[in-house]
Amino acid sequence: MRAGEGTAAESRPAGRGPPLPVQVEPSSVRLVSTLATAGAVAGLAIVLVFQWANPRIEAHQARVLTAAITEVLGGPDRYETLFVEGGGLTFTPVADTAGLDRVWVGYDRAGRAVGIAAAAGEPGFQDVIRLIFGYDPSSGRVLGMKVLESKETPGLGDKIEKDSMFVREFEGVSTPLLGVKSARATGDDAEVVMITGATISSRAVVDIINHRLEAIGASMGAFWRGEVARAEAREAARSGGAP
Amino acid sequence: MSPTPTTGVQVLSRGVWRENPVFVQLLGLCPALAVTNTVANSLAMGLATFFVLLGSSVLVSVAKDWIPKQVRISAYILVIATFVTIADLVLAAVVPDIHKALGAFIALIVVNCMILGRQEAFASKNPVGRAVLDAVGTGAGFIVALVAIGGFREVLGYGSFLGVPLLGPAFEPWVVMILPAGGFFTLGFILLGFGWWEARRANSVRPRRWMNEATVTVEAPR
Repeated sequence: MRAGEGTAAESRPAGRGPPLPVQVEPSSVRLVSTLATAGAVAGLAIVLVFQWANPRIEAHQARVLTAAITEVLGGPDRYETLFVEGGGLTFTPVADTAGLDRVWVGYDRAGRAVGIAAAAGEPGFQDVIRLIFGYDPSSGRVLGMKVLESKETPGLGDKIEKDSMFVREFEGVSTPLLGVKSARATGDDAEVVMITGATISSRAVVDIINHRLEAIGASMGAFWRGEVARAEAREAARSGGAP
Repeated sequence: MSPTPTTGVQVLSRGVWRENPVFVQLLGLCPALAVTNTVANSLAMGLATFFVLLGSSVLVSVAKDWIPKQVRISAYILVIATFVTIADLVLAAVVPDIHKALGAFIALIVVNCMILGRQEAFASKNPVGRAVLDAVGTGAGFIVALVAIGGFREVLGYGSFLGVPLLGPAFEPWVVMILPAGGFFTLGFILLGFGWWEARRANSVRPRRWMNEATVTVEAPR
């Protein structure tokens, strides 16, 4: 069928040429049922592909998270998920875990807690920067930082994740962090030297960590004291029980 | 536009070069500018679009007699959107890093007028075999265009091609080529080249003597 054939045939004046077939308008039921059938088939196809793809997508996200936690906590032996509930951190929340904010505590081979990893996001220069950082509540120092998501300017702002000098600035820096320009750096423990040409992005990274610690730093400290006490009790029980 | 092609080979080849969707028809420019900062991204975007175009063309060509013309555009969009969703899920499952780099542009393949255009102009009026040839030709043309832009931008913007360093450590990357402006510059230069090549070809095809005679006959009555 050529485009416009029907319209041209209908508009030809009567009395010229042979009688033309009358174009029958399809009923509304036909139109609706055509689209409904197409929609149903499309839905089915998408559901089938989703069932195949979703476990793979979730497995990948879990792998990325595990890699990030391992990196910012300096390679712990294992880690556990902690939920932020009622101003404290707990392994077993009362509420449904789906809506709860979470952090991750890493343990070394001996079962001692080595640090807590927390993720956070705030607007950077282009879009929200999401990052994860490791924190040691006993010394109040950051253990490491890794950017999870950013759309900062390639070549400038994206140095917050690609410039290894800047990323290494966060290893062992004490909190609250202090973002300084390189010319004004004094060598203070809390100083993070910002990237020239990417001041807004660098400052955003510093602020994200500071704000997150302001929000849950106290709960982390309380959890940590409990964790240390438990570890000591375990040690005591072990040495007491030994012959 | 070239005359309606008759042979299968012509249907296949015109989309790649003479009616290239990006360089000649100027369709699908949004992804062609937005995600072509590296060859890998260009290739992934091109392949995803190719898959959607091919799948939609086959389905539209098969179902063309059952779709009333009053609801054809809605039906085509439904078919295209389904293939785009499938492409989106498969990319996220198989190549998550590239899926992340392409971001929203995978979902935006739905509104790529090149795809809807091929359904309305070709697949809905031709048998499946020719619809496949048309989709393969146009899809390949789109991949060629995206990889050409992506190659140019990656070589100058990162000094590499498909992630393989080409220009050595002394090369200072042209950051502008990775930014959106670099996409516009590159497309502009390629269109300029295409226009120049087309004009040269048109001139060389015309016989000199005939052209001189024609000039004379036009000017003679004055």
